[in-house]
Amino acid sequence: MTRATKTLADLKLGESATIDHLTNEPVSLKLMEMGCIPGVEIQYTGSAPFGDPIKIMVDNEYILSLRKAEAKNIWLKED
Amino acid sequence: MSNSAPLKMALVGNPNSGKSSLFNALTGLNQKVGNFPGVTVDKKTGSFSIEGGRKVELLDLPGTYSLYPKSEDERVVINVLLDPANKDYPDLIVVVVDASNLKRNLLIFTEVLDLGIPTVLALNMMDEVEKDGVELDINHLKQEFGVEVVPVSAREGTGIDELKTIIAKSHSVVKVNTYSIPEETKPMLGKVKEFTGDEKDYVALQVLHQSEHLGFLTEDQKQELSRLKKEIDFDSNLIQVAETLDRYQSISQVLLHAFKRTKPKTTNEFTSKLDQILTHKIWGLPIFFAILFVIFQGIFSWATYPMDWIDWGVTEFSGMVKNLLPAGWFNDLLTDGVIAGIGGVVIFIPQIAILFAFIAIMEETGYMARVSYISDRLSRVFGLNGKSIVPLVSSVACAVPAIMSARNIDNWKDRLITIFVSPFISCSARIPVYTLLIAVAIPEKYYFGVLNLQGMVMFGLYFLGLLAALFTALALKFILKTSERSYFVMELPVYRMPRWGNVFQTILSKVKTFVFEAGKVIMIISVLLWFLASFGQGSSYESKKEELQTAFDSGYMNHEEYSMMLSSAKLEDSYAGKFGKLIEPAIKPLGFDWRIGIALVTSFAAREVFVGTMATIYSVGDDADEATLKERLKGVKNRTTGEPMFTLAVSLSLVVFYVFAMQCMSTLAVVRRETKGWKWPILQTVYMTGLAYISSLLIYQFFK
Repeated sequence: MTRATKTLADLKLGESATIDHLTNEPVSLKLMEMGCIPGVEIQYTGSAPFGDPIKIMVDNEYILSLRKAEAKNIWLKED
Repeated sequence: MSNSAPLKMALVGNPNSGKSSLFNALTGLNQKVGNFPGVTVDKKTGSFSIEGGRKVELLDLPGTYSLYPKSEDERVVINVLLDPANKDYPDLIVVVVDASNLKRNLLIFTEVLDLGIPTVLALNMMDEVEKDGVELDINHLKQEFGVEVVPVSAREGTGIDELKTIIAKSHSVVKVNTYSIPEETKPMLGKVKEFTGDEKDYVALQVLHQSEHLGFLTEDQKQELSRLKKEIDFDSNLIQVAETLDRYQSISQVLLHAFKRTKPKTTNEFTSKLDQILTHKIWGLPIFFAILFVIFQGIFSWATYPMDWIDWGVTEFSGMVKNLLPAGWFNDLLTDGVIAGIGGVVIFIPQIAILFAFIAIMEETGYMARVSYISDRLSRVFGLNGKSIVPLVSSVACAVPAIMSARNIDNWKDRLITIFVSPFISCSARIPVYTLLIAVAIPEKYYFGVLNLQGMVMFGLYFLGLLAALFTALALKFILKTSERSYFVMELPVYRMPRWGNVFQTILSKVKTFVFEAGKVIMIISVLLWFLASFGQGSSYESKKEELQTAFDSGYMNHEEYSMMLSSAKLEDSYAGKFGKLIEPAIKPLGFDWRIGIALVTSFAAREVFVGTMATIYSVGDDADEATLKERLKGVKNRTTGEPMFTLAVSLSLVVFYVFAMQCMSTLAVVRRETKGWKWPILQTVYMTGLAYISSLLIYQFFK
């Protein structure tokens, strides 16, 4: 089994990936409650002025915005 | 079942799930806004009737993604739902979910289900989802969750009658337990149950997780639970994560059977097109500033008309009462204390209503979330947060509703900084002070034919306030220590047309908040100040009065002059006047005399009282217009030097004092409530007034 080696913060604009796991941080709980759970597909769709926060499309259903620091908690599956 | 007892019902759901729309659709105009005890979170309640004439009392709980709240307003939800002794504890919960985003929305639903309170599931926006090619097996949902499921469209108003019919049925608690409690926590649940008297396992687990935030536990109980948690290394975060994953797992299982997509999901084209413009990396912020500019233009130009009418109405009414009742202290109390106080509150309603109309429209359309998104990075430089923007913008009207709106900021430090610096933003109560002093001190000059010098100074004052706010925020960012990491996770909902009913409700609730929160304090202080300014006169007033009487009798002055001079003398020798004289040594270095001292003291009710006080002190009479007062102030001589009193130095010093100083009891009262103590309001007063003092001192000494 391959371990996840990159996070949401490493995605390039427009790229999609599937969530592998989240780091054990209080903010990860918030992210999960807002739908970022392992197995869900997310797409990096844009960033705010000055490059932070970023926004992602979750599960092809809705848009979440989060800071890059938080994006580092979301680990992605390798294709 | 008795028909007389009203059914207590609560609405729960995600933000943007259409919860407020459903609330409005169910209750219509039968709504009121109050407060939850101890916190200043708006409590929206309403009522409607169901079959058999039974009344339903509906409580709209703040939108939240789970029962593990992160912000102050969300905590209200658990304080109501975990405490059967709470007077708002519902007989029935309706969970509103956005059907286009079912999986995430069902998370809180399954949590609520386990609380053991009868529950109904309302699937909102079903019409749109069906158009999008989704088939939902409602019977399967009913079976799996053991509750009634009703499709509704809160926007269109469909399904509301069906929902009411379902509500009217009797509901029993279902035992589904969508989540199995971890074994290692079970020994502790007994202790919790002892404290709460509630036998349900999941409720006990919730209480255990969130014991620090539950108002219904005593301090001893909280400590006991904290101790127990430490003893067994209760990793609350880890257990919550496991629970959340577990719940998503079972929701996915249910949806696997109930949810079918017949055509591929399409993204919302309109939203992504509009986002390309409004959240553009370069143009996003300029567009927001342009929108702000239009809003401020709106507030200041449109609000003038209703404000003039209100001003006229209050003056007329006051004059009428004055003439109707026999002269005496009671008449004065009523007209100069009570009616003046009410007038001082009501005058600000137009500006507040217009500002919140704009804010509500921005929220309704989904633009406000984008504003937080595009401004978060910039705000963070100053220790603020993208969510601080709404409070800061609202402060232009009034700091009181602004500070209250800061409670949706999840991070305590970010929230505290926002609360602390909001009063620096020039609010509408400062405008009359600015206008008067600028008119007195700054010549009416034009540059390049269009740039008005007075206008530029006015703009400069607003800018100065903003600068003070940002500088202070920056300083606090480094001073305040917190273990809590600041984060920003926010949903950007799809753009929609605003629902005008909701906009109207927001305006109504904000105006009510202002009138009852700020108004209460302004009224009390206004009456108190009336007392201080009307009583306390001793022999020096008596001799002055005789002097004036003689002058009047011998025809040196007409009756109008006489009565103006008399009230001026009366004020000079009143408690307020004495206090002004008492503080004169302290404010002399700023260029102020005891008369300005009186105005500073009376400004504590509300800053705009300054103008009225100045009018009385300088004997212009009550109904003098601003132009008269302005001319009068220009003519006032400094008694020691014989030079004009309101020089550029004095006026600038005074106006800057009003930019910075904390002179608003209502704001202090709200800050005390929001921060749960006197520490922050006191610090705020000392800091702001200290800054005002030093700035005015420097300005006066420099320009003198």
